[in-house]
Amino acid sequence: MSMTHTAQAVDEAHGHEHRQSFLRAYVFSTDHKVIGVQYAITSLLFLFFGFSLMMLMRWQLAYPGEALPFIGRLFGDERMPGGVMLPEFYNQLGAMHGTIMVFLGVVPLSVGAFGNYVMPLQIGAPDMAFPKLNMMSYWVYFVGGVTMLIGFFVPGGAAASGWTSYPPLSVIATTGQTVWLIGMVFLITSSLLGSVNFIVTILQLRAKGLSFMRLPLFVWSQFVTSFLLLLAFPPLEAAGVLQLMDRLAGTSFFLPSGLVVSGQPLMNTGGGSPLLWQHLFWFLAHPEVYVLILPALGIIAEIIANNTRKPVWGYRSVVYAMIFLGFMSFLVWAHHMFLTGMGTAISSFFQTTTMIISIPSVIILSAFFISLVGGSLRFNTPMLFALAFLPMFGIGGLTGLPLGLATSDIHLHDTYYVIGHFHYVVAPGTIFGLFAGIYFWYPKVTGRRMNETLGRIHFWGSFVCMNLIFFPMLIQGLAGVSRRLYDGGQQYAHAQGVLHLNEVMSVAAWTMGVFQLFFVVNFFLSLKTGKKAAPNVWEATTLDWAATTSPPLAHGNFAVVPQVYHGPYEYSVPGHAADFTPQNEFLKGS
Amino acid sequence: MEIPYTVTPRPETGLFNAKAGIWLFLASEVMLFGALFTTYILLRVGAVVWPHGELDVPLATVNTAVLISSSITMVMAWASLKMNDFKKYRRYMGLTILLGICFLIIKGFEYAHHFASGELPNKSTFLAIYFTLTGLHGLHVIGGMIVNSYFWGPGSRMWKTEPERFTNRIEVAGLYWHFVDLVWIFLFPVLYLL
Amino acid sequence: MEATNTHDIDIKKHVRTYVLVFVSLLALTLVTVTVSYLHLEMRAAIFVALTIATVKGSLVACYFMHLISEKRLIYSTLILTAFFFVVLMWLPLFAHSNPIIYKNVP
Repeated sequence: MSMTHTAQAVDEAHGHEHRQSFLRAYVFSTDHKVIGVQYAITSLLFLFFGFSLMMLMRWQLAYPGEALPFIGRLFGDERMPGGVMLPEFYNQLGAMHGTIMVFLGVVPLSVGAFGNYVMPLQIGAPDMAFPKLNMMSYWVYFVGGVTMLIGFFVPGGAAASGWTSYPPLSVIATTGQTVWLIGMVFLITSSLLGSVNFIVTILQLRAKGLSFMRLPLFVWSQFVTSFLLLLAFPPLEAAGVLQLMDRLAGTSFFLPSGLVVSGQPLMNTGGGSPLLWQHLFWFLAHPEVYVLILPALGIIAEIIANNTRKPVWGYRSVVYAMIFLGFMSFLVWAHHMFLTGMGTAISSFFQTTTMIISIPSVIILSAFFISLVGGSLRFNTPMLFALAFLPMFGIGGLTGLPLGLATSDIHLHDTYYVIGHFHYVVAPGTIFGLFAGIYFWYPKVTGRRMNETLGRIHFWGSFVCMNLIFFPMLIQGLAGVSRRLYDGGQQYAHAQGVLHLNEVMSVAAWTMGVFQLFFVVNFFLSLKTGKKAAPNVWEATTLDWAATTSPPLAHGNFAVVPQVYHGPYEYSVPGHAADFTPQNEFLKGS
Repeated sequence: MEIPYTVTPRPETGLFNAKAGIWLFLASEVMLFGALFTTYILLRVGAVVWPHGELDVPLATVNTAVLISSSITMVMAWASLKMNDFKKYRRYMGLTILLGICFLIIKGFEYAHHFASGELPNKSTFLAIYFTLTGLHGLHVIGGMIVNSYFWGPGSRMWKTEPERFTNRIEVAGLYWHFVDLVWIFLFPVLYLL
Repeated sequence: MEATNTHDIDIKKHVRTYVLVFVSLLALTLVTVTVSYLHLEMRAAIFVALTIATVKGSLVACYFMHLISEKRLIYSTLILTAFFFVVLMWLPLFAHSNPIIYKNVP
């Protein structure tokens, strides 16, 4: 895979210096590009794995209680006896799908992979500020990921308390939950190390002339994201430690007094607060939503500017909106908790902040839409994904408003509407952004372009299927169907009218799985057969494309240390022969 | 190609890389302990009774003095390097490590006493948060001591080759060590006195 | 290294400050312990103990961590952190102390 290619480049550049051992060059490398590729491979595998868990769940939802043909029996009697899924296993799949997609898939891909690979190139840096720390971040993440997977093989199976792990259920759950918590502590530590590294790199290693208002929006998005990770993750780490104490040392941080489990009074001191976990969890998990979306917005900005051949409309507004978005994201978390018995005063506070935070999102999205106006668009695969991202993220954002208002949330809370809303933001939103990024930077990483035809098939297939999966969820949710139902709502009278949608969604999900194969094939095939790409294949302006080779040099990134003279998106400058002016190109009067 | 600003500060920010890094890390530590203090407050506000005077105040007072002393020896170690006195640095750094060990031993006695009299974390909410906070703080002390020992021993070779960079490293290690001290300054009244 | 001399004097001045800070930290520790034996009323005790702790903490941060002469960037980071710290500490408490009151429930 792309490793082999980077490998060659590393070797070529090293031929006349010193040869690194294989282990040093590819496994325990401190080079940000290799680490970026490591993150990319690992997180893509996790994304695929998390998606497979969901495809299994969709079988149970579409055909409750029916044996899964062919592969069902492979899961063993403690999970799927005779191919029929047990409720316990369904819960494990649900919890692990969420955890893996968010913490092991999307964030490592958008921050670990794209951030690591692209950001230092875009700011003209030789590497990250702390290369060894960077390597450690990856390996701690890796250990965390493996730990999560081990959960499936401990007695009682993996964590089954949802990705939110609400106590008291999570405290009295089987061993899998302990494994989950340990895994989370690793993942959080990895994120913290990474975010310190990112912020310092952006602050300290910008090339000469690259002032903050000349930073590409992708770098800005990474900057804000890193601050969110830095300050929001530690409370969850604390909460994780407290839950571990509850589970292992028998404390009662999250256990109220007088708890009765299966008719037996629980032998603990009590006096704890289950709501405390929710506060600490959502203090991270709401900023986390913006961690999921901001890097994707950054990627989309790069691709839209590049393919409209115009500057991004309202660059400064977008930057300020991103900063404000990051700031506000710390003040909205309890809109996840309207139903926990909070009074009207505090509910109104969180409702107000939630409405305020929608403003910067709208500013960013509007700026991107306006950027399209009057441009001569190039419809290549990255651009198709970017264009689809805009309305899909729009739907995701708008469907969030009723959830942010306490009154309507009472009806919609914990229904499939929430699932639909969130997935519209993250799946056809963030994941499309990430796909766009992969198609966009693939030539930089490997020196070859991905196949356009396969890319288009992948795009259209995913685009149609995504909507067939997630739109029915909104409908089911409005009808009142709860999430996390093992049988998809069969037992409920109010669900009967929308039950048939379960099959539609499931078939769409499996079909989407098929369309992802086009991506996988394209990804590997293009390594060998892809069209050779020039160093600046998209005729882009930012410094990542100024690196003289594709893939860039192994050490130092740039043959000549670049100096920056312009803003990031100087496309179609009047009076200029080429329709793009790289940031490092000196023009008279600039 | 070398990574810039590992020794000299970048003019715009006035910081060298590691210093920016350690302050950001400490910011995240503030949030970590902040969450635990939040837990403490919320549990205490919700509790029917809260034990008072269960812990050994004189012993903890001694321990506070020990940790504060280790802070000043740490800052003196750095100042010695600034004054080009490597021998003095070794002495002060060694003293810092010893004081750290002293702190842990006293803490160990306290823990042993609790365990012996059956005061385990699962006995009350107070003991739960007490063990969690002091335990996590203790882990931070151990972490700091590992770093300090490295800079006292093998890591100090850098003084010969890159003295300025080494001085920076000690400053950064010091910032962390003082932070650990600072956390204890709040833990002490919150757990022992109130 | 022409500046070494003035630099040395500078550092020596600093060292004097460090010792002064150290002595006041020890003194404040004794004060706070002594006050705790007076068994003040809870509110007053909390106020006194936390005020002294804050003073001690500020001394450590300002002089040992030389925050008093630090760069703007660090100040802004710490102010941001302090703000979120306060948010994290107080909002859950407000939520806790603002329960729904069921007035019209029979």
